[in-house]
Amino acid sequence: MKYSVFAAALLSATAAYAETPELTVYTYDSFVSDWGPGPAVETAFEAQCGCDLKLVGAGDGAALLARIRLEGARSDADVVLGLDTNLTAAAKATGLFADHGSSADYSLPVAWEDATFAPYDWGYFAFVHNADAVVPTDFRALGASDMKIVIQDPRSSTPGLGLLMWVKAAYGDEAPAIWADLADNVVTVTKGWSEAYGLFLEGEADMVLSYTTSPAYHLIAEEDASKAAAPFDEGHYMQVEVAGILASSDQPELARSFMRFMVSEEFQSIIPTTNWMYPSVTPAAGLPAGFETLIAPAKSLLLSADEAAALRDGALGEWLDALSQ
Amino acid sequence: MARRAQPISALPGAGAALLVAALIFGTLAAVALRAEAGRGFGSSDWAALRFTLIQAVLSATLSVALAIGLARALARRRFFGRSVLIALLGAPFILPVIVAILGLLAVFGRAGWVSQALGVFGFEPLQIYGLHGVVLAHVFFNLPLATRLILQGWQEIPAERFRLAAQLNAGPRAIWQLLEAPMLMRVVPGALAVVFAICLSSFAVALTLGGGPRATTIELAIYQAFRFDFDLGRAALLSAVQLVLTGLAAFVALRVSAADGVGAGLDRALRRWDGDSSLARGLDVFWILSAALFLMLPLAAVVSSGVSGLFLLKANVWMAAITSVMVSALSTLVLLLLALPMAAAVALGRSAMIEVAGILGLAASPLVIGTGLFVVIYPFADPFALALPVTALVNAVMALPFALRILVPRAREVTARYGKLSLSLDMAGWPFLWQVFLPRMRPQIGFAAGLAAALSMGDLGVITLFADPEVATLPLQIYRLMGAYQMQAAAGAALLLLALSMGVFWILDRGGRWHAEA
Repeated sequence: MKYSVFAAALLSATAAYAETPELTVYTYDSFVSDWGPGPAVETAFEAQCGCDLKLVGAGDGAALLARIRLEGARSDADVVLGLDTNLTAAAKATGLFADHGSSADYSLPVAWEDATFAPYDWGYFAFVHNADAVVPTDFRALGASDMKIVIQDPRSSTPGLGLLMWVKAAYGDEAPAIWADLADNVVTVTKGWSEAYGLFLEGEADMVLSYTTSPAYHLIAEEDASKAAAPFDEGHYMQVEVAGILASSDQPELARSFMRFMVSEEFQSIIPTTNWMYPSVTPAAGLPAGFETLIAPAKSLLLSADEAAALRDGALGEWLDALSQ
Repeated sequence: MARRAQPISALPGAGAALLVAALIFGTLAAVALRAEAGRGFGSSDWAALRFTLIQAVLSATLSVALAIGLARALARRRFFGRSVLIALLGAPFILPVIVAILGLLAVFGRAGWVSQALGVFGFEPLQIYGLHGVVLAHVFFNLPLATRLILQGWQEIPAERFRLAAQLNAGPRAIWQLLEAPMLMRVVPGALAVVFAICLSSFAVALTLGGGPRATTIELAIYQAFRFDFDLGRAALLSAVQLVLTGLAAFVALRVSAADGVGAGLDRALRRWDGDSSLARGLDVFWILSAALFLMLPLAAVVSSGVSGLFLLKANVWMAAITSVMVSALSTLVLLLLALPMAAAVALGRSAMIEVAGILGLAASPLVIGTGLFVVIYPFADPFALALPVTALVNAVMALPFALRILVPRAREVTARYGKLSLSLDMAGWPFLWQVFLPRMRPQIGFAAGLAAALSMGDLGVITLFADPEVATLPLQIYRLMGAYQMQAAAGAALLLLALSMGVFWILDRGGRWHAEA
């Protein structure tokens, strides 16, 4: 008896609550953190949608996809935000995603034609170093030098996988030789980006795999111009971060309006100084001061989602072989 | 065969063991059943298995061997700051992995203090990355734990034995043979098994200090199966391998450890008359000083890099700290409810399987337990709503092996010494529990509770899968800070975590023995 009263109270409470529609967005952890774009995005979208935006952090990009696969079609999520092009082929293959139906005038260095996933920001992978260091200008020179680098494990980290794709996109079948040369430069391999970056800041390595935009953080947030990214002649591999709508969403209309909001001025101008990436649609006011100091790679490398998926396992094998010697 | 009368029932303990086993194997089965067709055990998995075993055996052996020397020195000496040192010994293994790694590298890394000192004299920097680095880090984490477990063995030798030894003018060799060696035979196998199990499931430490994919452990392979290949079948298989290895280690350890205790004393304050020679003194001072340096320098690095960050902490970090304290309190309660009945059941001579069940918590991959619980809970309830209870439960199960190692020896003694007397006085059941068993177990309960609380505070464990966006624990918040480039604030939060963990440990551990000599 007690329980049925409790259940009834719970039900009526839920009913009252349901008058405001709720949009659930699964994303990676650093997006929802208080330092990420999450809080500002939530405020801005709720001001216009008459809804409750629930941002849920689920590890990083790869953990996010695993989470969606675990939940399957029963998932409460309406939108998944935070996959990158190394993951989208697998994500699409689950059949859990629907077309996003939005369009925008993207300022990406590459053409974007994906009906399932829409980009919200992007960046270039790069090796970040202390500005006063003399650094190599490509992977061959890096391999020949005695610079020490710290990188992330592709099995547990999205930047780690990005580096794998970078070398593969730049050198194709020569990738194993490049990795063999790099092996003695690699101080260590870490589980994730935070560990690697922390090690670099502690002085354990001369360079760390991160993004060309990393120095912008130090410059803008800390007024510290001591970090720089090394431009590599073979070009820089891109990470394009995307979002998609789940076919099982009970708020498809709201989800689509979120996708439109995502490429709008308001969302896009939040990105640069919270996610420290380039917005996918440059805001009318341009990029924040400080971004103009960043290196602009002459060549942008990006494997298509299908290519990346096809090359992934082979590239991992080559990497493991070279670094396990 | 008629059952022997017992002062308390072993049933609750068996029930608790069943619950733990159900949690561990149930979640494993849930993951396996959820699996789609995947690939089985490959050659890279064998390599991972080999590396995992080698580093775990080396780390466990070295940790425990050093711990014996350190514990012996600590047991013989009384000096100013001794209890503080013993409490601080708890610090390394309650730190979040990433913080501990940074602390270790600040001392032993390429740019660390040792390398800088070497550089002054024109030497090459220390080469820490490799198998030796993995072992060094694992010794850093586990030497303190092994020391506490073994030191407790020393403390359980009744004060009267040392008094008698002194009266008989027994030398160090005689004391070793008659008192210390038999005690070690009883305590060391369990400590070895626990440390082995911890090192078996190491991942980030092994990878980072191992210097790359050479140092791939089974836990990393599980991680890869889960998130790189989404091959749940393989994740479950690998996790099962981990469980079997730990189960075997625990079983062997329990077999070889002599079960009979050292006998009971009158709980008199301990005084030692032995070890008075200047050689013994010098050796003990050497042990204590070098261990203190080895363990305290990385902690000093954590503290010194964290102090300035403390001022950068915002409300969300303090909120996370409160959440962590709550999770820790809840999980300590759950732990005691599981561990005390189990310890009693083991002490009553019930099946060794109870003890084995207790140690499995260490071997279970947090990722697999978390995923399994998620798979089980998801159809029925919102995982976010259960984030904190689930975290508390899993943390309790993970702390169970430590708690049992602490509780069981004493529980054996108490039931052996007072069981028959209590039966003859018709004090079986609750009166025995309240008036005999629990009061006599108090120091051990305090130590176990303190350890569980501190471990739970520092453990990221399963929270990531269940993490509610609004409710973050302190370790999760530290990772978030680091992910947002806020390394300094993260260092501050890590210092806060260290202080909180040490604080609860200190309070509970002291609370258990406030009337006794440490």
